[in-house]
Amino acid sequence: MTDILNAIVLLLNFVFLPGLSYGSQLALGALAVTLVYAILRFANFAQGDTMALSTVMTILLTWLLQHFGITLGFMPTALLALPLAIIGCLIYIMLVDTFVYRYYRRQKSKPITIVMASVGVMFVTGGIVRFVLGPDHHIFADGERFIITAREFKAMTGLAEGLAIKTSQFLTITIAILLVGFVFYFLQRTKTGKAMRAYADNEDLALLSGIEPHNIVRVTWILVAILTTIAGVLYGLDKGFMATSYHQLLLPTFAAVIVGGIGSPPGAIIGGFVISFSELILTYAYKKFFIYLLPEILQPDSLLQFLGTEYKFAVSFVILVIVLLLRPTGIFKGKVI
Amino acid sequence: MAYLSGTNLVAAYDQSVPILNNCTIEAEKGEVAVIVGPNGAGKSTAMKVLLGMLKPSAGSVTLEGKDISRLSVQKRIRLGLAFVPQTDNVFPTMTVQENLEMGAFLRTDDISQTLAEVYDLFPILNDRRNQLVGQLSGGQRQQAAFGRAMMTQPTIMLLDEPTAGVAPNVVDEIFDNILNLKNSGRAVLMVEQNARQALEIADKGFVLVSGRNEHTGTGKELLANPEVRRSFLGG
Repeated sequence: MTDILNAIVLLLNFVFLPGLSYGSQLALGALAVTLVYAILRFANFAQGDTMALSTVMTILLTWLLQHFGITLGFMPTALLALPLAIIGCLIYIMLVDTFVYRYYRRQKSKPITIVMASVGVMFVTGGIVRFVLGPDHHIFADGERFIITAREFKAMTGLAEGLAIKTSQFLTITIAILLVGFVFYFLQRTKTGKAMRAYADNEDLALLSGIEPHNIVRVTWILVAILTTIAGVLYGLDKGFMATSYHQLLLPTFAAVIVGGIGSPPGAIIGGFVISFSELILTYAYKKFFIYLLPEILQPDSLLQFLGTEYKFAVSFVILVIVLLLRPTGIFKGKVI
Repeated sequence: MAYLSGTNLVAAYDQSVPILNNCTIEAEKGEVAVIVGPNGAGKSTAMKVLLGMLKPSAGSVTLEGKDISRLSVQKRIRLGLAFVPQTDNVFPTMTVQENLEMGAFLRTDDISQTLAEVYDLFPILNDRRNQLVGQLSGGQRQQAAFGRAMMTQPTIMLLDEPTAGVAPNVVDEIFDNILNLKNSGRAVLMVEQNARQALEIADKGFVLVSGRNEHTGTGKELLANPEVRRSFLGG
């Protein structure tokens, strides 16, 4: 019996909890991509690097706060810097929109043209990020690292395996639930949110109903700034900040959007978790798990790992290909690019 | 002078050959006006000019005698014009109720009265108010489109081929709805392929050929006119 419990705790600790928090981070980023696709009608390749830039702003503000001795106790100081960073991110996005995307919108350019413009924005943003913080790995989480450590858990339950809950995991999951709840409430219940959906649904009819495209675009970018900054900071608190790893988040994020159905907000959330759990389930080494469950004679010698963790991007990529072949509209019947 | 009139309209897309050549269209409150004619006669173009989606190079559009030729679509909608496009005339992933609310987007006053009126006129929409419009049948979807347009409390409704692409048994239902709109005191102006049936309910008909008024008269007169019958109604 304890063996079974130990096996379960092992999976909870190394697959379920990390999957839940990584999935939440992906889901928030994917939600931003899907909103931009639905309203502005292009796939925003700059998402990953914009996440990096807003995280850089948060890190700088955190350092500033720490310099003046301001902290949040057992919570990371970055949370205090977050609101300002969101505003900073919004200002950057609005500048980009004014000087890049607005032109193409007025020209009524084809989506692929705007996508290419967003690739340019991606490179410029990535450049700014490296210019400011360099390519190194930065850890900016302070306060208590754990809410429950593995040792405390073992002492409480008497099990051999520990279930550690990191502060960053707890924050990620709580904030993601609140934020997603807010975004869905906004889209479903408020007049502006409904107008956004109407605009996404049928642009011409939205114009005939008197909906102002400028307002819709502005509100979309505000939501994107909030989602992007929070997703970036939560990811950074969890795994540390490095420009490259944020850039590489683009693949799992896009995979999440397409799996869920591009343009569909619930799809982006589900897609985020599909990708994160697939990555973790396929790259986890199950040796210890089976040692708990199987009689001694059947116990495995190998690691029982489907894929090395260095291949985790292949997982998103394969899922992406399978979905595009079998169900290009994704789980929630999104648009086909 | 008629309630809404487009007088001596000339209009072209992108400075090419004019689609409308001196054509005149009028609609009166409590009446149904119908524009019929062969393909390419400029029926939909005439409607676009009246709405302000296309600027005429000559001629004027007036509403209650006031010149509105220079106003944008949005401003004309505020003045009481409403338009139901031929296709894509609903928000398919939103509910019936949300579609109606979006129709009233510009209004800041209480819309519950107008909602009740629309539900009164189209009881089926009331039963389906929380269903997604994309899941409704063609006829019900058309009613949702009418309902959406009525939410601005328009005095004149412009309908672009309201029966195009719907099942034949639904066509009668849609014509009934159009008569309801007329009986509620609104002006209705529509472009229709289904010329015979449209002229039967029309108080006024405009037969356009190559952007010109070929024949004008009451629906009955046009139906009785042998030339109109031969050319447009198949004998």
